Amino acid sequence: MASFGQSVRVGIFLGVRQLKRANRSTTILIISIMTFTFLNLVVVSGILVGLIVGGNIANRNQYTGDVIATTLSGKTAIDNSQNFIATIAHDPQVTAYTARYLAGGTIEANYKTRTDFSNEANSVGGQIAGVDPSQEDDFSHISQYVVEGSFLTPGESGYIVLGSDILDRYSASFGQGFDSLKNVYPGNTVKVTINGNTREFIVKGIVKSKVGQVSLRSFMSNADFIQLSNRTDMDVNEIALEHNATITDDQMKARLVADGFTSVSQIQTATEAIPDFLTQIKTAFSLLGNLIGAIGIVVGSITIFIVVFINAVTRRKFIGILKGIGVSPMAIQVSYLLQSLFYGLCGSLLGSLILYGLLVPAFNAHPLNFPFSDGILVADIPTTIVRIIILLVVTLIAGYIPARNIIRKNTLDSILGR
Amino acid sequence: MIYAKNIIKTFKNGSMETHVLKGIDLTINSGEFVAIMGKSGAGKSTLLYQLGLLDDPTSGTIRIENTLTTDLSIEERTTFRLNELGYIFQDYALLPELTALENVMVPLLMQGKAQDEAKKIATASLERIGLGHRKDNLPSQLSGGEQQRVSIARAVAHNPKILFADEPTANLDSESGDAVIEIFRTLHAQGQTIVMVTHEKEYTTYCDRIIHLADGQIVQ
Repeated sequence: MASFGQSVRVGIFLGVRQLKRANRSTTILIISIMTFTFLNLVVVSGILVGLIVGGNIANRNQYTGDVIATTLSGKTAIDNSQNFIATIAHDPQVTAYTARYLAGGTIEANYKTRTDFSNEANSVGGQIAGVDPSQEDDFSHISQYVVEGSFLTPGESGYIVLGSDILDRYSASFGQGFDSLKNVYPGNTVKVTINGNTREFIVKGIVKSKVGQVSLRSFMSNADFIQLSNRTDMDVNEIALEHNATITDDQMKARLVADGFTSVSQIQTATEAIPDFLTQIKTAFSLLGNLIGAIGIVVGSITIFIVVFINAVTRRKFIGILKGIGVSPMAIQVSYLLQSLFYGLCGSLLGSLILYGLLVPAFNAHPLNFPFSDGILVADIPTTIVRIIILLVVTLIAGYIPARNIIRKNTLDSILGR
Repeated sequence: MIYAKNIIKTFKNGSMETHVLKGIDLTINSGEFVAIMGKSGAGKSTLLYQLGLLDDPTSGTIRIENTLTTDLSIEERTTFRLNELGYIFQDYALLPELTALENVMVPLLMQGKAQDEAKKIATASLERIGLGHRKDNLPSQLSGGEQQRVSIARAVAHNPKILFADEPTANLDSESGDAVIEIFRTLHAQGQTIVMVTHEKEYTTYCDRIIHLADGQIVQ
């Protein structure tokens, strides 16, 4: 009987020539289908996951940084904050940081022109943040998200930057259940009340971001905040930092924990700071993407099945002849498997080229504009490799089954077309 | 060389049975050139397929030299066909995506010969039947006569003990048919055993023996 090696050798000999001399249009069509199957497998789940990942990246860039320390439950601020800040300010691996004072407050607008006191005042409750303008901008580049007016500048006093989501014209989609300020524009004067103290501020700008902690907050300078809130201890509520690439988030957190700062604050990496529901949505989207991708794989494998089946059926006579002249069934199967493998590989490689050469850069440059995040295309290489392997295995099975079925037919019946 | 005993072949189609071969006893000696003739439906091709191990008889035994071929497994029969037998079909049965040379090489490669060696033997086989200059052509680029000659080159390249030919001249014009029979004559002169089914009397001139079949039985 023919050895395995001989069968493989003859199978490759036949398969290569069948591919080489196959109809070009048909080959291009099959490879196109395999390419789209691959892209469907990777891109759909990549976009779904990218919706959440894009939000997480924005959250990291604009709010948490790599590690964030927040006020412990039951406390009003991070005790002895200046010691914490001094520590990270002298850490060579910390590249940027910001310290934020936070307090709940109300903002009232158009009070000078109000004539009808039977209706509610044009006011909104929200979180007021006191920041060092240059430090905050270096850290989160918040000025890039100012859509009207401009961000705070160091040394100035009496100005406030409002988050867009507390303004009526930006938050209409939130519905009627939420208060918002109407007809407020840069240059208008608003009354800000914190801890019962009220002061007028000039609206300097409107900041709009898909990160809630930015677009729902209003920003003023540290000095104005301290004066308005009567804080005298200099203890802040949030300290967020970024580090260089020589250290991981977990290592940075571990160092702060080792320095004892967990006794005064809750320290979280950016990943830990992601709300649980977002992580769950990411998992759900990932599963959904895999499900859609699996449907794509089934469609792709059926395509290969049909292609190989039709190829094998129309070549049944020649398969019979091959068997008749003594070519082993395994050699014939190998020739069909080789063709399936070729289609699968070409589709995967072409798909990978389109993915990494075109789609990922395009999505990075122009993220999908979703209401809650800028969706990117997540396609990490290990996951892509796993999907290529899945596609190839499924393709091989889809090619093997019809070839095997035709090969098992009676030799003479195949030759005579019975 | 070939000893067939009481070969019966019956085809079933539902409840209907067609008895195509009705107890054939036959011996073909080594080096013989035998023609099987008969009217359409007489069972000549069916007999050839049984002798050439392309089909299983319903009952009866076939021995080729010392091998009782009716006892072989499917895999053993495939290997036996590869090493001991050669086939020529009425419609040439060449693989359309392989060149003439590659068509001839396939059984040689399957026998385990190295690519270079297979190429050398296949080239020599094609040159032997006068088609060395057409070896790189695809079957679609060859005439019917040339395709049948390539088919002969493939069938004899591995020096089979027996060459089976099923109406090899049926699709050819007389000139091409004559050329094919001339090749058979040459091969026969070199000691090749040939079993040929034909319905053309003029091509049996060089045969040692003619077996006439009628209604599934040898009549002469």
